[in-house]
Amino acid sequence: MSITDADVKNIESKALAIRKTIIEMLAEAKSGHTSGPLGMADIFAALYFHILKHDPKNPAWEERDRLILSNGHITPVRYAAMAHAGYFPVEECMTLRKFGSRLQGHPERDKLPGVETTSGPLGSGISQAAGYAYAARMDNKKFRVFCATSDGEHEEGNTWEGAMFAGKYRLTNLTAIMDRNNIQIDGNTEDVMPLEPLADKYRAFNWHVIEVDGHNIREFVDACDEARSIKEKPTMILAHTTPGKGVPSIEGDYRWHGNPPGKGPTDKIPADKQKETFLKELEANKP
Amino acid sequence: MINPEAKLAANIFEKPDTASTREGFGKGVVEAGKADERVVVLTADLAESTQAHHFQKAFPERFIQVGVAEQNLATVAAGMANYGKIPFITSYAAFNPGRNWEQIRTTIALNDVPVIVCGMHAGVSVGPDGATHQALEDIAMMRALPRFTVISACDSEEGRKATLAAAKLGSPVYMRWGREKSPIMTTAETPFEIGKAMEFWRGESPSVAIFATGSLTHNALLAARELEKENISVVVANVHTIKPLDTEKILSLARECSAVVSVEEHQVHGGLGGAIAEFLASEAPTPMEFVGMHDKFGQSGTGAELIEHYGMGVKSIIEAVKKAKERSVKPS
Repeated sequence: MSITDADVKNIESKALAIRKTIIEMLAEAKSGHTSGPLGMADIFAALYFHILKHDPKNPAWEERDRLILSNGHITPVRYAAMAHAGYFPVEECMTLRKFGSRLQGHPERDKLPGVETTSGPLGSGISQAAGYAYAARMDNKKFRVFCATSDGEHEEGNTWEGAMFAGKYRLTNLTAIMDRNNIQIDGNTEDVMPLEPLADKYRAFNWHVIEVDGHNIREFVDACDEARSIKEKPTMILAHTTPGKGVPSIEGDYRWHGNPPGKGPTDKIPADKQKETFLKELEANKP
Repeated sequence: MINPEAKLAANIFEKPDTASTREGFGKGVVEAGKADERVVVLTADLAESTQAHHFQKAFPERFIQVGVAEQNLATVAAGMANYGKIPFITSYAAFNPGRNWEQIRTTIALNDVPVIVCGMHAGVSVGPDGATHQALEDIAMMRALPRFTVISACDSEEGRKATLAAAKLGSPVYMRWGREKSPIMTTAETPFEIGKAMEFWRGESPSVAIFATGSLTHNALLAARELEKENISVVVANVHTIKPLDTEKILSLARECSAVVSVEEHQVHGGLGGAIAEFLASEAPTPMEFVGMHDKFGQSGTGAELIEHYGMGVKSIIEAVKKAKERSVKPS
């Protein structure tokens, strides 16, 4: 699936729209995670607007590609991407985390069509995606299974059990994307619990590994194409991202992992005011 | 006397045929596999002791080995069920659901996919392996989960039928299995329906209702026969489905008998007895005694020794019935 300059521009503009929606929905919800969703906006824009075979008007379409979100806490980026892709009105994003909403704080499969799995507790996405891919291969299904996973959840044993399983069974129809943003709640990953060398670890588990800049649309799309061409192994796209990407005042700061605008780690700025600041930063720093 | 409607095997007292309940799973899951090609079986390095190897032999392409990784066992199965398969996941109950309960909660129950969790070697009767392997909390863990059906078969034949029924249910199920051979009470003709308890024994004008689950149901029958000799009349109901509980049956028997005894190879907290007590407390408070493990861990020994030692033998059931009867306020 080659990509033109025009495609890249379009995806970048979608990523900006997704980021704005993320800021707005988090400010409205007054709770939720900011860094991760912003950091994965380029990848989710590329997935929903270029890579995935899907139909927003028919979320249950049997031949759709499956996108399993393992680190459920970054679900605002998925909700925003789905809304902009046409699964539901963008305004519904403002119901995030509110009573009666389909947009639960952590995503639930039976609440919102198009959400493939319930997730939040870390470490179970790779296994579920692997089980899904294994079952689909039994029935010669042509769709692909994608799994978005975080670096922090590679401290969970379950993640590696799933990686071992996918490697053993050569699940070529599985592409995982790791958000390598180097942060987790309590600090930088390499301080909390060192994870490196991640690429070598996956290669040792019989995966094909591609490292990309997670904010370079063309690199990421090319990596997904390469994954499609690998016939012997599952693929891990190790996407190096910047947490909080697009809002320089919070970029790279682990203390923004779990806070929404208005509840920053150091300052006491009202949510509405901080939202406006963040939106201005986004506009000023757009590609 | 034995309830003729239960169509139990002849001679269940003197020389019953025996088989482990897990053997019933081994047979049932092959039949389920024949009936529905969506059925798949996963194991965590315990194909033979879970009896999953029968399925492996019959349907090698639908058998999945995940290695010693119970969390992966649950989550891989969740993915397969999400796709459209009907996975049975097999390991020891101490690890499945003992080790992977959160994965079961999130990726099976909350995710609402029809995985059938099979916990083998449950109870103290697994014997020599000792306390680490004697799951006595699994019913409580699984009963607490919304959407789960919880089944504990009384013998291999009932286990076979329960396995077939579970495959057709379309929602999450926990099935509890024993390792040791135990008497086969039921026959192919014995009615089985998920959620329906069945009277196996009914004395004349019974004063105590015994609700039993798993292979200890046989001990409950032996106790009933002994009690009859002492002119104490009881009903023994086999409660294979702990969730959803057959509240209609339990309520009618509690009202009829005015005293209740629960019998299970499980902690008395949170198991069958707990479920019945919760229900009766709100509907028809009834004096109740609990036969089971009283807040202890087991130890090595033979299954029979441990059942006696921890108060789940025939004598203990008889004592519990007498105590319940004494406490009962049944008008004469």
